[in-house]
Amino acid sequence: MAFAAFASSDAAVTKPPRRKSTIALVLLLPGILYMVLFFLTPLISLVITSFQAELPGGDIGDYIPGLQWQNYVDGASEYLPHILRAFGYALVATVFALIISYPIAYFIGVKARRWPLLQSMMLTLVIAPFFISFLLRTLAWKQILSDESPVVLALKAVAILPADGHLTGTPFAVIFGLTYNFIPFMTLPLYTTLERLDIRFLEAGSDLYASPATTFAKVTVPLSMPGIISGTLLTFIPAAGDYINASRDFLGSSKTAMLGNAIEANFLTLQNYPIAAALSIILMAVILVLVGVYVRRSGTEDLL
Amino acid sequence: MKTMSTFAEAGADLEFVDISKRFPGFTAIENLNLTIPAGSFFALLGPSGCGKTTTLRLVAGLEDPSEGRILIGGNDVTNTKSFQRPVNTVFQSYALFPHMTILENVAFGLRRRKIDDPLSKAHEALRLVELDHLAARRPAQLSGGQQQRVALARAIVNRPALLLLDEPLGALDLKLRRQMQLELKSIQTEIGLTFLHVTHDQEEAMTMADIVAVMNKGEIEQMGAPEQLYELPRTAFVANFLGQSNLFTGQVTESVADSITVAVAGRGIVVPRTRAQRHAGEVTIGVRPEKLLLHTEAPTDSAGINILGPGRVTDVSFSGVSTSYIVQMPGLGAVTVFAQNMVFGPVVNEGAEVWVSWTVDHGFGLEDEPTPGSRFPADASTSAIAIQRRAALETELEGA
Repeated sequence: MAFAAFASSDAAVTKPPRRKSTIALVLLLPGILYMVLFFLTPLISLVITSFQAELPGGDIGDYIPGLQWQNYVDGASEYLPHILRAFGYALVATVFALIISYPIAYFIGVKARRWPLLQSMMLTLVIAPFFISFLLRTLAWKQILSDESPVVLALKAVAILPADGHLTGTPFAVIFGLTYNFIPFMTLPLYTTLERLDIRFLEAGSDLYASPATTFAKVTVPLSMPGIISGTLLTFIPAAGDYINASRDFLGSSKTAMLGNAIEANFLTLQNYPIAAALSIILMAVILVLVGVYVRRSGTEDLL
Repeated sequence: MKTMSTFAEAGADLEFVDISKRFPGFTAIENLNLTIPAGSFFALLGPSGCGKTTTLRLVAGLEDPSEGRILIGGNDVTNTKSFQRPVNTVFQSYALFPHMTILENVAFGLRRRKIDDPLSKAHEALRLVELDHLAARRPAQLSGGQQQRVALARAIVNRPALLLLDEPLGALDLKLRRQMQLELKSIQTEIGLTFLHVTHDQEEAMTMADIVAVMNKGEIEQMGAPEQLYELPRTAFVANFLGQSNLFTGQVTESVADSITVAVAGRGIVVPRTRAQRHAGEVTIGVRPEKLLLHTEAPTDSAGINILGPGRVTDVSFSGVSTSYIVQMPGLGAVTVFAQNMVFGPVVNEGAEVWVSWTVDHGFGLEDEPTPGSRFPADASTSAIAIQRRAALETELEGA
């Protein structure tokens, strides 16, 4: 058939033009300097600190350089519940944020396309909480969820909460706070991918015998995968290291302390710098491994 | 609902019963009645905005009619959701899923209907369009023509009773389009499905379709075999949308058993009675430019020949196989003549005084009123067009 005549047109793959350019290097220089000064140096300093040994007979907070692997073992075993809570809470909060954000992003990005004004108003509403400090917002939630608040009284009145129950200081409050605080980080990347979603693919799905639910699962979700991946990463990574929501001063209690709180306590209160540094490195390493596996499994390496 | 899990044995009839589709401030289709016989290649031809794509989307279930019913193979599908209709579409934009391989794109419909062995059937469909060697690629790695063939394979692999083609060749260059036209036609003959092809390209419609329906302003102006439409257009719109025509308006002066005579610019033009739609009063008659002969001297009157002239040639343009002459006739306006290039160079030059003649049998009479009013006069304003655009966008979004 005649198709063979123009089948070879795809063979002409052009190589991207490569140019040696010193200008590019010069332009990159400030960034490189910045990263060396403010990322690489502190990181190395942190690694060195994490191996420091206690000064025999010294004051609290006196440490000498050493190669004490024991710091990692001690930190990991002593703060294992904190580590598990950090990743557990972050995971649950990420899942909730995704479940809450996806419909919001879908509505703004797809359904509201015909009303640009509504679209921008809703986007503003999503971003609006950023105009107020993260700390103030979390403190406000502490007030709302506190023992004498109308919310708690109402929940007690309908016996959802037992008479001696609390909301603040529970894992629920911490996960609630994490979810709330990171929803914009989830919604915005989802919105940007869904906003570009071509409706004609959904029509094609429907034309090819896929019910609305199947079209969503087989077409909409895969096409919005870049947004899902970046949204979950933007939520999970900071949430795992967060120490505000779980702090006793905000929504948490000592029973809900996360790894971030343990690091904070070791750095600032106990002045056990090597343990604090070791915990920071552990946090970083676990996040790196989890994210690496996650991105690889979801088949979107090109995002990194 | 007929079973969806089997392939259609053959193409099915498609029937529109009193279909209307209105958008706010704009009527896309008005009272459409149409039957497309099973196994035919049916082309819906019209200018953009004439309602042909809306018609197609109504069949696919991507739009709901305001009124009327749609029947496929005798079953009323008006209230059937698009994913439950035995219909597949080759979209103008192809709409290949970018996150799937070519093979998975083609197998998509088969998997949804739980048909056995979807992959080997998908390979088979890809072999039909000679693209099986690219099965593992993604749509973005294919050229426009290849994507178009994948879109075709993705639709025909499902063996739908009815295949809808929404200007699928619009994005291709001329040579590729010609080849695809022939391929589409041969595939249709091979597998015997009913094809409904929407296009604004009159040449495409005429080469491919068994039946062409010319659509204008939400209504079908004329329907029939391509030769019949070309030979005997019934309205001025068809006469000029399908090829070109010279149209003259005049009073019927004589009406005999087998012909009528119309007074045009002081001469009597004879049209066979069977080729004229109206036989009395003021009528519009026409003749195709290639049927006209140019004369540099006044031809002698004879029975069976119509003569107009003298006129002056105002434009001569060469187009390869033929040369087109524009002749200004006093009291008539411009008359176009296509002459085969039997000799080198034009037969006459600009400014020459000429007469034109044609055989009586080549004329045709239209059924239009000599001054046809527009069908939806209230909608011609720009605000109506804006509303229509918005409505189209809204319905597009509603499908999401």
